[in-house]
Amino acid sequence: MGDTPISNNIRRLRFEHDEMTQKELARRTGVTRQTIVAIENAKYAPSLELAFRIARVFGVSVEDVFTFEE
Amino acid sequence: MSYQERRAIVSLFGSTLTFLLYCAYMLTRYPEVDAYSAEMFHFWGSFFLILIPVSIIAKVIIQIIFVIINAIITREDDPEIMDERDKLIELKAMRNALYAFTFGFLVAMASLVFDMTPPVMFAIFVCSGFLAGAVSDISEFYFYRRGV
Repeated sequence: MGDTPISNNIRRLRFEHDEMTQKELARRTGVTRQTIVAIENAKYAPSLELAFRIARVFGVSVEDVFTFEE
Repeated sequence: MSYQERRAIVSLFGSTLTFLLYCAYMLTRYPEVDAYSAEMFHFWGSFFLILIPVSIIAKVIIQIIFVIINAIITREDDPEIMDERDKLIELKAMRNALYAFTFGFLVAMASLVFDMTPPVMFAIFVCSGFLAGAVSDISEFYFYRRGV
């Protein structure tokens, strides 16, 4: 509950992809904008499937998007 | 505050209002008879059976009004899909509601063990049902706000 140990680079990746909006990323990954907001703020750890979907949108590997921090 | 958080708060206040109004109405029809009479059991049976459709209809109406008012004020459409996070939060909220209702059920059974009358047991049942709904709404609000 609360902050997850998984950090991410989604904000930066969105910026590097023509400042893609959270709404657009949500649409392309099949989730709500609120879920993208929660993931960006480390309030929610996405499922493996969603993690791959997000990585695929940016054309990078999952490790380039998410980092596990103990 | 996100759409889902607002929805949980509206649901909590809506169901509380509906429950209080329904109880106030049904108390005026409370039979002045022996606690163990057939008429008393008839009253509580109808209390539960009518409460279910009344709650469902009230919830639907309140949600429709909420969506309309929310769209007017925030100019934000309601999320058309229910994604994995929504489903996870719904499951956790349902689990907490089940815990609350189970607790109420045990208290209701304990009331019989301690020689309380059947109306007391039924009243505890009704209250635990309402409490379970409230716990579900509060849990949803908490998980949407604090993360899951």
